[in-house]
Amino acid sequence: MIKFSLLFIFLTLSNAFAIDTSGKLLLTGGVSQIEGAAGGGLTPWAFIGGYGTKDQIAANAFYTNVNITDYRLETFGALIGILDRAEISVAKQTFDTEDVGRLLGLGSGFKIRQNIFGLKVKIIGDGVLDQDSWLPQISFGAQYKKNLMGEVVKSLKATEDHGLDTYLTATKIILSQSILVNATLRRTKANQLGILGFGGDGNDKYKYEMEGSLAYLICRNLAVGFEFRSKPDNLKVAREQNWSDAFLAWAPTKNISITTAYTTLGNIALKDDQKGFYNSIQIGF
Amino acid sequence: MLKIAFTLLFIFSTSSFAADLSTYQDFGEKPGLTKVVDDLMVNLLANEKTRPFFEKADQVHIKEKLVEQFCVQIDGPCTYTGQTMKKAHKGHDIDTSEFYALVEALQESMNKNKIPQRAQNKLLAKLAPMHKDIINK
Ligand code: HEM
Repeated sequence: MIKFSLLFIFLTLSNAFAIDTSGKLLLTGGVSQIEGAAGGGLTPWAFIGGYGTKDQIAANAFYTNVNITDYRLETFGALIGILDRAEISVAKQTFDTEDVGRLLGLGSGFKIRQNIFGLKVKIIGDGVLDQDSWLPQISFGAQYKKNLMGEVVKSLKATEDHGLDTYLTATKIILSQSILVNATLRRTKANQLGILGFGGDGNDKYKYEMEGSLAYLICRNLAVGFEFRSKPDNLKVAREQNWSDAFLAWAPTKNISITTAYTTLGNIALKDDQKGFYNSIQIGF
Repeated sequence: MLKIAFTLLFIFSTSSFAADLSTYQDFGEKPGLTKVVDDLMVNLLANEKTRPFFEKADQVHIKEKLVEQFCVQIDGPCTYTGQTMKKAHKGHDIDTSEFYALVEALQESMNKNKIPQRAQNKLLAKLAPMHKDIINK
C-alpha cells in the first residue's frame, strides 16, 4: 500500500512539474531495466531516466513481462528523473512459479512478490553530448529490495528477505560509430534479483558482479543490442547462472518506448536452461 | 548470442573506416548540405522552442555559415568563415532543451533528405561537444 501511494505521489508530482520535458534525444533516457532503474533490459545505465534536462523533472511508468520456460516474472514500476542528476524508482515484481511451485512444495502457480526502491545519482560526464572525450557518464546507484515471502525464501535457505544492491555504472554513446557501451559493477547478495531472497547456505557475503550492454543505434528511435549480467550463486538447492539477452528497443514517440528481448537466464530454482521473451512498455509523462 | 552481437558490431564499425570524403558524399556534397540546412531552418522556425531565436535573426547569413561549418565538420573541402560558437551564441540564453531541440530539428531535416544514419551520427558527434560553448543557461 505504501508503495502504491508513493507511486501515486511520484506521478502526481511529476505531472505538476512536467510542463516541458521533451529535453533529451529519443532513447537516451534509456528504457526501464528489470529492477526499475533506467537502463537496458537487465542492467542499469548511467543515464538518468525520463526525457528531462538539467532544469526539468520527468517521470515514466513501465510494465515488463518476462515469460521464460518454466516461470513468468512481471514487473510494474515508475521512476522520476530530477534535473538530469538523480533518479528515484519503485518496482513491484511478481514471480509466478507456475507448475514448479508444486515441485517446490508451494503449490502450483505460487507467486513470490518483491518490492524494489531505487536511487541513482549522476556523478560525472554526459554520455550523449561529450563526444569529444572518452569519459563516459558515470552514476552511482542503490536498490533496496524487500521480498514479501520471507518464510518461503528462508525455507530455501536464503538468509534474509531483504538486501541492498549498490552499483557503479558507466555509459557512453559513441555517436561517430552509432554505438552505446555500458558497464556496471554491482555489489549484491540477491538470489535471482532477490526473488529467492538474499544470501544463503552456499555463500552469505556481498559479492561484486559485472553487467554490460552493447547497442547499435540503427536510427534515432531504434536500437538493437546485447546484454550480459553475472550473478552470485548463494543457494545450495537452487543453482544460479549468468544472464544475457539480445534486445530491440523502439521509441515510436517521445512518450512511449517498447523493448523486446530474448533472454537466456540459465538455471532458476530446480529448472535448467530458462529462456524466453522479455517484453516491456514504458510510458513517459 | 554474444557472437552475433559482436559480429554485427564489427561489421558496423569497420564499414566506417572508408575513404575520407565518404561522409561529405553521403550528404550529397555542397548541394545536399544546402538542402539539409534549408530544411533545418524551416524546422527551427516551426518549432516553438527554437523559433524565438531565429525569427528575427539573419537567416540567410546563418544558413550560409552553417553549410560551411557542417561541411568542415564532415571533412568536406570547405572553410568556415563565421564566428566562434562561443561568440555567436553569447547573450542568447540557450538552455539544454533548446540545444536538443535544434539537434532534433537537424535530425528531422537529415531524415527528410535521406542522409544515411551513420553519416548523420558522424556530423552529430562533431556538433554535440559544442554544447559547452552554446548552452549558457
Ligand atoms: C550544435 C549546435 C549549433 C551549431 C553548430 C550552431 C552554429 C551556428 C553558426 C555557424 C552560426 C553563425 C555564426 C556567425 O554568424 O558567424 C550561429 C548563429 C546563431 N545561432 Fe547557432 N548553432 C548551434 C546551436 C544553436 C542553438 C541551440 C540556438 C538556439 C536555440 C542557436 C541560436 C543561434 C542564433 C540566434 C544565431 C545568430 C546569432 C547572431 O547573429 O547574433 N544556435 N549558430
